[in-house]
Amino acid sequence: MPFFYGTEIASRLMLGTAQYPSPAILADAFKRSGAGVATVSIRREAGGERAGQDFWDLIRDLNVQVLPNTAGCHSVREAVTTAQMARELFDTRWIKLEVIGHADTLQPDPFGLVEAARILTEDGFQVFPYCTEDLVLCDRLLSAGCGVLMPWGAPIGTGLGLNNIYGLRSLRAHFPDVPMVIDAGLGLPSQAAQAMEMGFDAVLLNTAVAKAGDPAAMAEGFAKAVEAGTLARRADPMEPRDMAAPSTPVLGKAFLE
Amino acid sequence: MKIVVNGDPTEFDGTTLTDLLKVLGHGTAKVATAVNEAFVAAAARDTHTLEPGDRVEIVAPRQGG
Repeated sequence: MPFFYGTEIASRLMLGTAQYPSPAILADAFKRSGAGVATVSIRREAGGERAGQDFWDLIRDLNVQVLPNTAGCHSVREAVTTAQMARELFDTRWIKLEVIGHADTLQPDPFGLVEAARILTEDGFQVFPYCTEDLVLCDRLLSAGCGVLMPWGAPIGTGLGLNNIYGLRSLRAHFPDVPMVIDAGLGLPSQAAQAMEMGFDAVLLNTAVAKAGDPAAMAEGFAKAVEAGTLARRADPMEPRDMAAPSTPVLGKAFLE
Repeated sequence: MKIVVNGDPTEFDGTTLTDLLKVLGHGTAKVATAVNEAFVAAAARDTHTLEPGDRVEIVAPRQGG
Protein backbone atom coordinates (compact mmCIF):
# COMPACT_ATOMS: atom_id res chain seq x y z
CA MET A 1 0.00 0.00 0.00
CA PRO A 2 1.22 3.56 -0.63
CA PHE A 3 2.81 5.71 2.05
CA PHE A 4 1.58 9.24 2.67
CA TYR A 5 4.10 11.25 4.68
CA GLY A 6 5.61 8.05 6.02
CA THR A 7 2.29 6.47 6.99
CA GLU A 8 1.15 3.40 5.08
CA ILE A 9 -2.57 3.57 4.32
CA ALA A 10 -4.70 0.47 4.75
CA SER A 11 -6.51 0.75 1.42
CA ARG A 12 -6.25 2.64 -1.85
CA LEU A 13 -9.86 3.69 -1.38
CA MET A 14 -10.42 6.78 0.76
CA LEU A 15 -13.94 7.80 1.72
CA GLY A 16 -15.69 10.98 2.77
CA THR A 17 -18.13 11.00 5.68
CA ALA A 18 -20.76 13.46 4.44
CA GLN A 19 -24.26 13.09 3.01
CA TYR A 20 -25.01 9.53 4.16
CA PRO A 21 -28.66 8.76 4.97
CA SER A 22 -27.73 7.82 8.55
CA PRO A 23 -24.71 7.23 10.80
CA ALA A 24 -25.41 3.49 10.66
CA ILE A 25 -25.28 3.49 6.86
CA LEU A 26 -22.06 5.50 6.97
CA ALA A 27 -20.50 2.92 9.28
CA ASP A 28 -21.73 0.05 7.08
CA ALA A 29 -20.31 1.71 3.96
CA PHE A 30 -16.91 2.08 5.59
CA LYS A 31 -16.97 -1.51 6.76
CA ARG A 32 -17.73 -2.89 3.31
CA SER A 33 -15.33 -0.55 1.54
CA GLY A 34 -12.34 -1.42 3.66
CA ALA A 35 -11.36 2.24 3.42
CA GLY A 36 -8.49 3.18 5.68
CA VAL A 37 -8.82 6.94 5.51
CA ALA A 38 -11.90 9.05 6.28
CA THR A 39 -12.18 12.72 5.42
CA VAL A 40 -13.85 14.89 8.02
CA SER A 41 -14.55 18.57 8.53
CA ILE A 42 -15.28 21.17 11.19
CA ARG A 43 -18.34 23.37 11.52
CA ARG A 44 -19.86 25.81 14.00
CA GLU A 45 -21.32 24.32 17.15
CA ALA A 46 -23.69 25.80 19.73
CA GLY A 47 -23.27 25.20 23.45
CA GLY A 48 -24.74 21.90 24.61
CA GLU A 49 -25.26 20.70 21.04
CA ARG A 50 -22.83 17.73 21.33
CA ALA A 51 -23.17 16.99 17.61
CA GLY A 52 -19.42 17.22 17.27
CA GLN A 53 -18.76 14.75 20.06
CA ASP A 54 -21.36 12.32 18.70
CA PHE A 55 -19.80 12.45 15.24
CA TRP A 56 -16.32 12.06 16.67
CA ASP A 57 -17.41 8.98 18.62
CA LEU A 58 -18.76 7.47 15.39
CA ILE A 59 -15.52 8.14 13.51
CA ARG A 60 -13.33 6.73 16.26
CA ASP A 61 -15.31 3.50 16.12
CA LEU A 62 -14.44 3.15 12.42
CA ASN A 63 -10.78 2.74 13.39
CA VAL A 64 -9.50 4.62 10.32
CA GLN A 65 -6.95 7.36 9.71
CA VAL A 66 -8.65 10.76 9.78
CA LEU A 67 -7.99 13.39 7.11
CA PRO A 68 -9.58 16.74 8.05
CA ASN A 69 -10.43 19.15 5.26
CA THR A 70 -10.76 22.89 4.81
CA ALA A 71 -13.88 22.55 2.68
CA GLY A 72 -15.70 25.76 1.88
CA CYS A 73 -12.70 28.03 2.42
CA HIS A 74 -12.22 30.68 -0.24
CA SER A 75 -9.24 32.57 1.18
CA VAL A 76 -5.77 31.65 2.38
CA ARG A 77 -6.36 33.01 5.87
CA GLU A 78 -9.66 31.17 6.22
CA ALA A 79 -8.04 27.90 5.10
CA VAL A 80 -5.04 28.32 7.40
CA THR A 81 -7.17 29.10 10.46
CA THR A 82 -9.51 26.22 9.65
CA ALA A 83 -6.54 23.87 9.33
CA GLN A 84 -5.16 24.99 12.67
CA MET A 85 -8.51 24.40 14.38
CA ALA A 86 -8.81 21.00 12.69
CA ARG A 87 -5.34 19.96 13.82
CA GLU A 88 -6.25 20.63 17.42
CA LEU A 89 -9.63 18.90 17.18
CA PHE A 90 -8.49 15.79 15.37
CA ASP A 91 -4.95 15.64 16.72
CA THR A 92 -3.34 15.09 13.31
CA ARG A 93 -0.87 16.98 11.14
CA TRP A 94 -2.66 15.77 8.01
CA ILE A 95 -4.84 18.34 6.26
CA LYS A 96 -6.76 18.09 3.02
CA LEU A 97 -6.25 21.63 1.83
CA GLU A 98 -9.08 23.18 -0.15
CA VAL A 99 -8.93 26.80 -1.24
CA ILE A 100 -11.88 27.27 -3.55
CA GLY A 101 -11.54 29.77 -6.37
CA HIS A 102 -14.85 29.46 -8.19
CA ALA A 103 -18.23 29.05 -6.52
CA ASP A 104 -19.96 27.17 -9.35
CA THR A 105 -17.28 24.65 -10.25
CA LEU A 106 -15.58 24.55 -6.82
CA GLN A 107 -12.37 24.74 -8.82
CA PRO A 108 -9.32 25.24 -6.61
CA ASP A 109 -7.73 28.69 -6.47
CA PRO A 110 -4.20 27.75 -7.60
CA PHE A 111 -2.58 30.92 -6.29
CA GLY A 112 -4.17 30.75 -2.86
CA LEU A 113 -3.57 27.01 -2.70
CA VAL A 114 0.19 27.35 -3.14
CA GLU A 115 0.40 30.17 -0.60
CA ALA A 116 -1.68 28.30 1.98
CA ALA A 117 0.30 25.10 1.38
CA ARG A 118 3.56 26.92 2.06
CA ILE A 119 2.24 28.53 5.26
CA LEU A 120 0.85 25.27 6.58
CA THR A 121 3.93 23.24 5.69
CA GLU A 122 6.12 25.74 7.54
CA ASP A 123 3.73 25.38 10.48
CA GLY A 124 4.32 21.63 10.59
CA PHE A 125 1.31 20.39 8.64
CA GLN A 126 1.42 17.52 6.16
CA VAL A 127 -0.62 18.93 3.31
CA PHE A 128 -2.85 17.01 0.90
CA PRO A 129 -3.76 19.73 -1.63
CA TYR A 130 -7.00 19.40 -3.56
CA CYS A 131 -5.76 20.69 -6.91
CA THR A 132 -6.30 20.56 -10.63
CA GLU A 133 -4.13 18.42 -12.91
CA ASP A 134 -2.16 21.51 -13.99
CA LEU A 135 1.53 20.56 -14.21
CA VAL A 136 2.87 23.95 -13.20
CA LEU A 137 0.53 24.22 -10.23
CA CYS A 138 1.50 20.76 -9.04
CA ASP A 139 5.19 21.57 -9.42
CA ARG A 140 4.69 24.69 -7.26
CA LEU A 141 2.80 22.69 -4.67
CA LEU A 142 5.69 20.23 -4.45
CA SER A 143 8.11 23.14 -4.10
CA ALA A 144 5.91 24.53 -1.32
CA GLY A 145 6.48 21.32 0.62
CA CYS A 146 3.58 19.08 -0.34
CA GLY A 147 4.46 15.39 -0.27
CA VAL A 148 1.17 14.23 -1.78
CA LEU A 149 -0.93 15.62 -4.64
CA MET A 150 -4.70 15.26 -4.96
CA PRO A 151 -5.75 16.25 -8.47
CA TRP A 152 -9.45 16.32 -9.21
CA GLY A 153 -11.03 13.89 -11.64
CA ALA A 154 -13.91 16.30 -12.19
CA PRO A 155 -15.62 19.01 -10.10
CA ILE A 156 -16.75 17.91 -6.64
CA GLY A 157 -20.04 16.06 -6.59
CA THR A 158 -20.47 15.79 -10.36
CA GLY A 159 -19.71 12.11 -10.88
CA LEU A 160 -18.28 12.88 -14.30
CA GLY A 161 -15.20 10.73 -13.83
CA LEU A 162 -11.78 11.59 -15.22
CA ASN A 163 -12.43 14.69 -17.30
CA ASN A 164 -8.92 15.28 -18.61
CA ILE A 165 -7.24 11.99 -19.31
CA TYR A 166 -4.33 13.59 -21.14
CA GLY A 167 -3.65 16.03 -18.30
CA LEU A 168 -3.82 13.35 -15.62
CA ARG A 169 -1.61 10.97 -17.61
CA SER A 170 0.89 13.74 -18.16
CA LEU A 171 0.89 14.64 -14.46
CA ARG A 172 1.42 11.01 -13.45
CA ALA A 173 4.29 10.68 -15.93
CA HIS A 174 6.04 13.89 -14.88
CA PHE A 175 6.07 13.06 -11.18
CA PRO A 176 6.28 9.26 -11.08
CA ASP A 177 7.46 9.10 -7.47
CA VAL A 178 4.96 11.51 -5.91
CA PRO A 179 2.00 9.85 -4.18
CA MET A 180 -1.15 10.99 -5.99
CA VAL A 181 -4.80 10.60 -5.10
CA ILE A 182 -7.63 11.26 -7.54
CA ASP A 183 -9.89 13.42 -5.41
CA ALA A 184 -13.41 14.35 -6.42
CA GLY A 185 -15.61 13.87 -9.44
CA LEU A 186 -15.82 10.08 -9.48
CA GLY A 187 -19.30 8.66 -9.91
CA LEU A 188 -18.81 5.00 -10.79
CA PRO A 189 -16.43 2.19 -9.80
CA SER A 190 -15.25 1.86 -13.41
CA GLN A 191 -13.85 5.39 -13.16
CA ALA A 192 -11.94 4.45 -10.02
CA ALA A 193 -10.56 1.40 -11.79
CA GLN A 194 -9.44 3.63 -14.65
CA ALA A 195 -7.60 5.91 -12.23
CA MET A 196 -5.75 2.97 -10.74
CA GLU A 197 -4.94 1.56 -14.19
CA MET A 198 -3.34 4.93 -14.97
CA GLY A 199 -1.04 4.53 -12.01
CA PHE A 200 -2.59 6.75 -9.39
CA ASP A 201 -1.99 5.61 -5.84
CA ALA A 202 -5.50 5.98 -4.45
CA VAL A 203 -8.90 7.54 -5.00
CA LEU A 204 -10.92 9.69 -2.63
CA LEU A 205 -14.67 9.95 -3.05
CA ASN A 206 -17.78 10.72 -1.11
CA THR A 207 -20.91 11.60 -3.07
CA ALA A 208 -20.76 8.56 -5.35
CA VAL A 209 -21.13 6.30 -2.34
CA ALA A 210 -23.22 8.43 0.02
CA LYS A 211 -25.82 9.32 -2.63
CA ALA A 212 -26.12 5.84 -4.13
CA GLY A 213 -29.37 4.01 -3.51
CA ASP A 214 -27.41 1.45 -1.51
CA PRO A 215 -24.30 3.22 -0.20
CA ALA A 216 -22.76 0.13 1.40
CA ALA A 217 -23.05 -1.89 -1.81
CA MET A 218 -21.59 0.95 -3.84
CA ALA A 219 -18.73 1.25 -1.36
CA GLU A 220 -17.93 -2.42 -1.87
CA GLY A 221 -18.19 -1.94 -5.63
CA PHE A 222 -15.61 0.85 -5.48
CA ALA A 223 -13.33 -1.28 -3.32
CA LYS A 224 -13.40 -4.10 -5.86
CA ALA A 225 -12.85 -1.68 -8.74
CA VAL A 226 -9.83 -0.16 -7.01
CA GLU A 227 -8.43 -3.63 -6.46
CA ALA A 228 -9.09 -4.59 -10.10
CA GLY A 229 -7.45 -1.43 -11.41
CA THR A 230 -4.43 -1.92 -9.19
CA LEU A 231 -3.99 -5.51 -10.34
CA ALA A 232 -4.29 -4.45 -13.95
CA ARG A 233 -1.64 -1.76 -13.51
CA ARG A 234 0.77 -4.24 -11.94
CA ALA A 235 0.06 -6.79 -14.69
CA ASP A 236 1.60 -4.50 -17.34
CA PRO A 237 -1.32 -4.05 -19.76
CA MET A 238 -0.98 -4.61 -23.49
CA GLU A 239 -0.45 -1.63 -25.77
CA PRO A 240 -3.56 -0.63 -27.72
CA ARG A 241 -3.26 -0.68 -31.53
CA ASP A 242 -5.34 0.54 -34.42
CA MET A 243 -5.33 -2.56 -36.63
CA ALA A 244 -6.95 -5.85 -35.75
CA ALA A 245 -4.74 -8.79 -34.88
CA PRO A 246 -6.26 -12.29 -34.73
CA SER A 247 -5.97 -13.91 -31.34
CA THR A 248 -6.75 -17.39 -32.69
CA PRO A 249 -3.81 -18.92 -34.63
CA VAL A 250 -4.26 -18.65 -38.40
CA LEU A 251 -1.90 -21.54 -39.10
CA GLY A 252 -3.74 -24.85 -39.39
CA LYS A 253 -7.14 -23.43 -40.18
CA ALA A 254 -9.21 -25.84 -42.32
CA PHE A 255 -9.43 -24.69 -45.92
CA LEU A 256 -13.15 -24.70 -46.72
CA GLU A 257 -14.64 -23.34 -49.93
CA MET B 1 -19.96 43.96 26.07
CA LYS B 2 -21.22 43.05 22.65
CA ILE B 3 -19.34 40.41 20.69
CA VAL B 4 -20.24 38.14 17.78
CA VAL B 5 -20.28 34.37 18.34
CA ASN B 6 -20.60 32.11 15.32
CA GLY B 7 -22.13 34.99 13.42
CA ASP B 8 -24.70 35.92 16.08
CA PRO B 9 -24.53 39.18 18.10
CA THR B 10 -24.01 38.15 21.74
CA GLU B 11 -23.94 40.05 25.05
CA PHE B 12 -21.02 38.81 27.18
CA ASP B 13 -20.17 39.89 30.73
CA GLY B 14 -17.04 37.77 31.25
CA THR B 15 -13.39 38.35 30.44
CA THR B 16 -11.68 35.43 28.75
CA LEU B 17 -12.44 32.97 25.99
CA THR B 18 -12.66 30.25 28.62
CA ASP B 19 -15.34 32.31 30.42
CA LEU B 20 -17.32 32.55 27.18
CA LEU B 21 -17.21 28.82 26.54
CA LYS B 22 -18.49 28.16 30.06
CA VAL B 23 -21.29 30.71 29.75
CA LEU B 24 -22.41 29.25 26.43
CA GLY B 25 -22.49 25.73 27.85
CA HIS B 26 -19.60 24.16 25.99
CA GLY B 27 -18.03 22.91 29.20
CA THR B 28 -15.52 20.22 28.29
CA ALA B 29 -16.94 19.71 24.78
CA LYS B 30 -14.58 18.91 21.92
CA VAL B 31 -14.41 22.34 20.26
CA ALA B 32 -11.80 24.56 18.66
CA THR B 33 -11.81 28.35 18.65
CA ALA B 34 -10.77 31.36 16.64
CA VAL B 35 -11.06 35.07 17.43
CA ASN B 36 -11.12 37.64 14.66
CA GLU B 37 -10.18 34.96 12.11
CA ALA B 38 -7.08 33.87 14.08
CA PHE B 39 -6.81 30.45 15.74
CA VAL B 40 -6.73 30.44 19.54
CA ALA B 41 -5.41 27.17 20.94
CA ALA B 42 -7.20 25.52 23.83
CA ALA B 43 -4.17 26.13 26.04
CA ALA B 44 -4.41 29.88 25.38
CA ARG B 45 -8.11 30.35 26.13
CA ASP B 46 -7.59 31.10 29.83
CA THR B 47 -5.41 34.08 29.04
CA HIS B 48 -7.14 35.27 25.87
CA THR B 49 -9.10 38.38 26.88
CA LEU B 50 -12.06 39.26 24.70
CA GLU B 51 -12.73 42.82 23.57
CA PRO B 52 -15.96 44.50 22.46
CA GLY B 53 -16.68 43.71 18.83
CA ASP B 54 -14.59 40.54 18.77
CA ARG B 55 -15.75 37.85 16.37
CA VAL B 56 -15.52 34.41 17.94
CA GLU B 57 -15.81 31.14 16.08
CA ILE B 58 -16.50 27.91 17.97
CA VAL B 59 -16.33 24.74 15.88
CA ALA B 60 -16.54 20.99 16.36
CA PRO B 61 -15.98 17.85 14.26
CA ARG B 62 -18.43 17.29 11.42
CA GLN B 63 -18.96 15.16 8.34
CA GLY B 64 -16.76 16.10 5.39
CA GLY B 65 -15.77 14.98 1.94
